[in-house]
Amino acid sequence: MLSRVAENIYWLGRYVERAENTARIVTVNANLLLDLPRGIAPGWRPLVDITGANALFEEHCKDYSERNVVRFLLGDERNGGSILSCLGAARESCRTIRDFVPRETWELLNELYLYAHDALAKGMTKGGRHTYLKYIILGSQGINGLLSGTMLHDQGYEFLHLGRFLERADMTTRIIDVRSANLLPDETTDLRPFETIQWVSVLKSMTAYQAYRRSEQVRVQRGPVLRFLFKHPTFPRSVRHCIESSRLSLERLPRCESALRVAGRLKRNLESTEPPRLDQQQLHAYIDDVQTAIGELHQEIARTWFLPPLAAEAAA
Amino acid sequence: MSIDWNLYPCQDFYDELVAAPGKGRDAFSGFLDDLSALGPEELVARQEAANLAIKEMGITFTVYSEEGGTIDRAWPFDIIPRIIPKSEWDRVEAGLKQRVQALNLFIDDLYHDQRIIKDGVFPAEVLAKSVNFRPQCVGVNPPLHIWAHVCGSDLVRDADGTLYVLEDNLRVPSGVSYMLENRLVTKRVFPELFEHYAPLPVDDYPSQLFDTLAALSPRPADYPQVVVLTPGIYNSAYFEHAYLAQQMGCELVEGRDLFVDTDDCVHMRTVDGPKRVDVIYRRVDDLFLDPEAFRPDSTLGVRGLLRAWTAGKVAMANAPGAGVADDKVVYAFVPEIIRYYLDAEPVIPNVPTYRCMEPEALAYTLEHMEHLVVKPANESGGYGMLVGPASTKAERERFAEAIQKDPRNYIAQPALKLSTVPTIIGHHLEPRHVDLRPFILSADRQQVTMGGLTRVALRKGSLVVNSSQGGGSKDTWIVPDQP
Repeated sequence: MLSRVAENIYWLGRYVERAENTARIVTVNANLLLDLPRGIAPGWRPLVDITGANALFEEHCKDYSERNVVRFLLGDERNGGSILSCLGAARESCRTIRDFVPRETWELLNELYLYAHDALAKGMTKGGRHTYLKYIILGSQGINGLLSGTMLHDQGYEFLHLGRFLERADMTTRIIDVRSANLLPDETTDLRPFETIQWVSVLKSMTAYQAYRRSEQVRVQRGPVLRFLFKHPTFPRSVRHCIESSRLSLERLPRCESALRVAGRLKRNLESTEPPRLDQQQLHAYIDDVQTAIGELHQEIARTWFLPPLAAEAAA
Repeated sequence: MSIDWNLYPCQDFYDELVAAPGKGRDAFSGFLDDLSALGPEELVARQEAANLAIKEMGITFTVYSEEGGTIDRAWPFDIIPRIIPKSEWDRVEAGLKQRVQALNLFIDDLYHDQRIIKDGVFPAEVLAKSVNFRPQCVGVNPPLHIWAHVCGSDLVRDADGTLYVLEDNLRVPSGVSYMLENRLVTKRVFPELFEHYAPLPVDDYPSQLFDTLAALSPRPADYPQVVVLTPGIYNSAYFEHAYLAQQMGCELVEGRDLFVDTDDCVHMRTVDGPKRVDVIYRRVDDLFLDPEAFRPDSTLGVRGLLRAWTAGKVAMANAPGAGVADDKVVYAFVPEIIRYYLDAEPVIPNVPTYRCMEPEALAYTLEHMEHLVVKPANESGGYGMLVGPASTKAERERFAEAIQKDPRNYIAQPALKLSTVPTIIGHHLEPRHVDLRPFILSADRQQVTMGGLTRVALRKGSLVVNSSQGGGSKDTWIVPDQP
């Protein structure tokens, strides 16, 4: 299989996943704000914090108002992480490998992009937002479903998986990082019910609430939620599950030794750390480590299997 | 309602199906009656079924536009086939083989001893002014001494029924995928006619192409690694590149997928590591092939590719430099070229051509411009042409000046009355002008497609068959002669 094709499939997986995740965090934030008392409601800024694109945001927007943030995350083409940009990028990746992915997938992706583009104005309104984002999430899931149901489960499929799970692991850690930090002042007993709401919203950002309930049988609170999101073996959005799935894909690829070493380090790191025991600052530092490791794994995958960067080619 | 063939206009042009009002051609008599028996409603219904099939099968050609979200357009196709009897086709096939054989000898001669020039048959000044001659290729010996492995020659039929070669495309001719897809669609919409007339099959082309390419491999002992090199998804023929790669079971690569190593071998970058490539079916123009040898700003090509080819470590089809014979002035010499190398008369004639570099021809051209088509040597796709009968006096004067300034760069031909085929227009059958592009493969042996791609100008009276300008296509049937 050509390196270029592998790379495009990987990015197809990543971009579709990113579009879906962004749609999820916007939906959940809207619900969360309705449930929190006005004084402590964190507003919309945390969503930009999650994506890490604050500098770009501030370059173009005056304040973190609902309208600005939602536009930035849904349809701003200057923001490479906006839903529209991600679907556009996924579509470009898919277009160059159209002989490789099943035709219906291309059609569905094309249609989803056109929807994201054409219905954007409606998606920006409070009333139309929910429907818009739901369509994006369903469409992304549809693409994943079509691919798993119709594409050859060969090397290309492993790259699709790698893209999807690395993106997902990255997003899970970002959501935890931002959402666990800034909500409530410590030790305020009268805000207890709201703390529960905060952690429920963290779970819901990843559609993890139901799964948590079934699997943990304890009330929703910081420690168990962190353990669940980092370490649960079978919840498909836990960091552990994402890394485990990536490792399985890596093992099926040729020349996978060094990438497996990087993934192995990451896995051991996850096993040996108990996030619930970390205080907020330690948790933040730990998440930084995990994200760096995910970045390293991406680098190793690119170095081993993808086309060398153009610059290196020109120098050669 | 039925179809009245007595009213079908076929007097001014040669019609491929209708010999005279109400009368079909002998070789497949009865075909007109079969169409009548279906009736216009049924024909329109089948045309719609065909359109749907084309959409479903994803047969497209590429027109790039940023807006609108799609870059592909469905391929315009008319279901009424163009039919040629086998006996006539046998002669055409022999003529095409002869022609391409002579052209390959010619190209090889030009890059070696240039005997044809020394013997005074082909003028040195024509070569000197050729924009497709590649000095980088002088002295190179491609496998089997073949340069043009895939040739697409355009045939047209004049009012008296004579078939002429209008031009030879020796660089990166396209269209063969549509020939194959048209056949698939026709089988779906006309199963009963198909059974009855039993047109000869065309679908072995991909495997013939693969065999042709494989025969060029520098490592004949191994199973050759053949790839299709495309400029990428924005090229208008990308559908065809992807289609052929898929049909041959080859990788479809872009320039950045390949690199030339220090040993001059070409490799493609795969997830399993570098993999050596033996044969490149390249659909990238010469000048973009290798920034080291040709245009340094090209990002479509592969650095060092020409070096690898010259060293014989990789084969390329068509060979770089093969386009030297793909020039309208060279075209005018093809009859002489055939006589010179093969010592035989051309089986298929050229369109009579006035070479403006010759004084009498120049004088004739200037005098008769309103009846002639004047073409510059190296433009293609109908650009920079003067169509005399449709021109204004000012245009003719401008051309006359240009011709006199650079006579070598121009040829002139009588304006042909291209033949027609009945075509579904609205709810009627009307004659529309067609040409025909067969494809000729050359390696250890020569093979010609059974028929080729019939292109049809869908606008009334138009002679322009290009898909970007209102052209469509038809299936081409070569049918066994009826006893």
